[in-house]
Amino acid sequence: MNNFWVVFTHTFVTKIKSKQFLWVTAITVGITLLLVYLPSLIDKFNGDGEKKIALIDQTGQLEEAFKQSAANLDKNLKFTETAAEEQELKEKVLEGELDGYLLLSFDEAGLPRGVFKAETLTDQSLAGNLQMALQQVRSQRAAQLLNLNAEQLAMLNAPADFRQAAIGENAKTEEELNQARGLVYSMLIIIYFAVIMYASMIATEVATEKSSRVMEILISSVSPVTHMFAKIFAVASVGVVQMIIILAAGYGAVKRNMDTFTGEFFQFFGFGGFSLQTIIYGIVFFLLGFLLYATIAAFLGSLVSRIEDVNQMVSPLIFTVVIAFMLAMAGLSNPEAPFVTVTSYIPFFTPMLMFLRVGMLDVPLWETALSIGLLIGCIALFAYFGAKIYKGGVLFYGSAGLVKQIKRALQMTKENG
Amino acid sequence: MVLQLENVTKRFGNFTAVRNLNLTIPEKEMFGFLGPNGAGKTTTFRMILGILQASEGRITWNGKKIDYALSPDIGYLPEERGLYPKLKVSEQIVYLARLRKMHPKDALKQLDDWLEKFKIPEYKNKKVEELSKGNQQKIQFIAAVIHKPKLLILDEPFSGLDPVNVEMLKQAVVDLKNEGTSIVFSSHRMEHVEELCEHLCILHKGAPVVQGSLKEIKRSFGKKNLVIHADFDLSFLSGEPGVTKSKLTPEGIELQIENEAVAERILHKIAERGFIRKFILDEPTLNDIFIEKVGESYE
Repeated sequence: MNNFWVVFTHTFVTKIKSKQFLWVTAITVGITLLLVYLPSLIDKFNGDGEKKIALIDQTGQLEEAFKQSAANLDKNLKFTETAAEEQELKEKVLEGELDGYLLLSFDEAGLPRGVFKAETLTDQSLAGNLQMALQQVRSQRAAQLLNLNAEQLAMLNAPADFRQAAIGENAKTEEELNQARGLVYSMLIIIYFAVIMYASMIATEVATEKSSRVMEILISSVSPVTHMFAKIFAVASVGVVQMIIILAAGYGAVKRNMDTFTGEFFQFFGFGGFSLQTIIYGIVFFLLGFLLYATIAAFLGSLVSRIEDVNQMVSPLIFTVVIAFMLAMAGLSNPEAPFVTVTSYIPFFTPMLMFLRVGMLDVPLWETALSIGLLIGCIALFAYFGAKIYKGGVLFYGSAGLVKQIKRALQMTKENG
Repeated sequence: MVLQLENVTKRFGNFTAVRNLNLTIPEKEMFGFLGPNGAGKTTTFRMILGILQASEGRITWNGKKIDYALSPDIGYLPEERGLYPKLKVSEQIVYLARLRKMHPKDALKQLDDWLEKFKIPEYKNKKVEELSKGNQQKIQFIAAVIHKPKLLILDEPFSGLDPVNVEMLKQAVVDLKNEGTSIVFSSHRMEHVEELCEHLCILHKGAPVVQGSLKEIKRSFGKKNLVIHADFDLSFLSGEPGVTKSKLTPEGIELQIENEAVAERILHKIAERGFIRKFILDEPTLNDIFIEKVGESYE
């Protein structure tokens, strides 16, 4: 077997079997599932949600109408009619037997009004529903007083017809944008963490081999350049496997829970348009981003002599990733902003910002192709220089600043022909 | 299978690590590299292995330049010991053996034999970090020889080992040589080289000071050591013609003499003076030769 594959399989198998891999995968899958199931979990914790409310109808006419419209709003509302004294009800509320009590009466104009008393006022949705129910009753009552018929009443109550539409040819509709945002956001987070995690993993891996001095045996049987690329591709494959596991778990859970994703949050961060295209772009940009950062991480790792120095060495790299991520986050609500467009062509930022654009907007193919081309060119450039630095870097021990170390490594490589 | 170094020079910037080295290392023999730290031994080895390229000169094995295609035929034990601390001994050895194109099954079988030989079969599935330093060194030695290399390069193989383990490893090295492996090894312990090698080279500041076969070197050096213990004062011998060095000891004197004839003359001279307890004429040690050639003490 070719030595590339020997190093590749060895690194891949060792990493996949490692406790770190198992834990990170398990925890990430756990968090993904937790996030997906959160809405239904919240419902569960709220119990069956039955609300017991004592209804004191001082008018003697509103009870039926009110109960009906309240039931339409919230099935969990249970009313008990009572003739009990207010003092008695107060005690029951404080003991927790009742969630509250509602006094209905007429005002001077003969329209219904209500007073709701509960132990605390924290449950706004309960009070809100009661108020809305009363509002409906009030409208009906008012209509009666004004002698309006049902049709006239309906006309009054009907909401205005309001829609919005984008007129740009390729623009996504508001709805589509919102639907894409959730997916793009999650993929960006995955790319961000994966790139940071795997790039550091490579640097640490190389530094470990160097500091434990296995490196010298390794490079006596396999060329440093083969060794470097085998390692990078092995760790990339580990990353892809991990991503596939996490995405599969997330996808399955999202599919099953689609109906629970309601409410304002999901109107903005939608998963509705679960686009395969976005996921494929996500994987492509993850891989390219990884290759770029991993190549740099590998030669940075080859420059240190002790594991403790790895973090210091890769910190400029990590900062770049963090900046890319922050730009992407800022661009998420406004993907057409000029800074997003410009930075999406800078290879260090392309993996996140171009992904953001293709995920959220309809970017012309040539733009995507151009940025990917630039990115690949940059990877090739760094791979070429990285290999040169790596070749020299793995051979000498010592510590100095980054630039000086790179110079020494290049000198070493040059002298080595 | 001859390893040939022709006019090999290695420079790092302005520093010359190895200067104009010419060596022929015969097949199926043990060749010793001697020299203090920084003499250029490890650099020479790295050049032989192709990890470093010579600035000038040529290194060939059977007339071919050594590159990665030859790596299955070469074994290497670096001076700086290193293994993956978190890997099991067996995983480690199989990985390194596979890099030298050995089938994992064969590697495991060989590993069992070697562990048995070194009396540590129980360490097969232990992590390296759990092993003592001496045992790690044995594992590393196994890693260097597991694929039955034709050329074995051992950089300071015995350093840091206790005497029992040194003997064990020495025996393993001798066995390998007898099986036909060409071995190049370095040491800063003169006695190891004297004991094991037919041919040797002493490096000093990157340049060879002495090289050739051990017997030849000693013979051509000419000078011999003479130890005399007697009951009377021997200090007058230091002024004797033919004596190049002398050192008084509590029991007598140690002399370096130009040739055997000097010893004979001295024997006649002191025989008249009284009882002689000890009179030993000895070959020069490598250390003597080194000191003579370099002009300073080695150890």
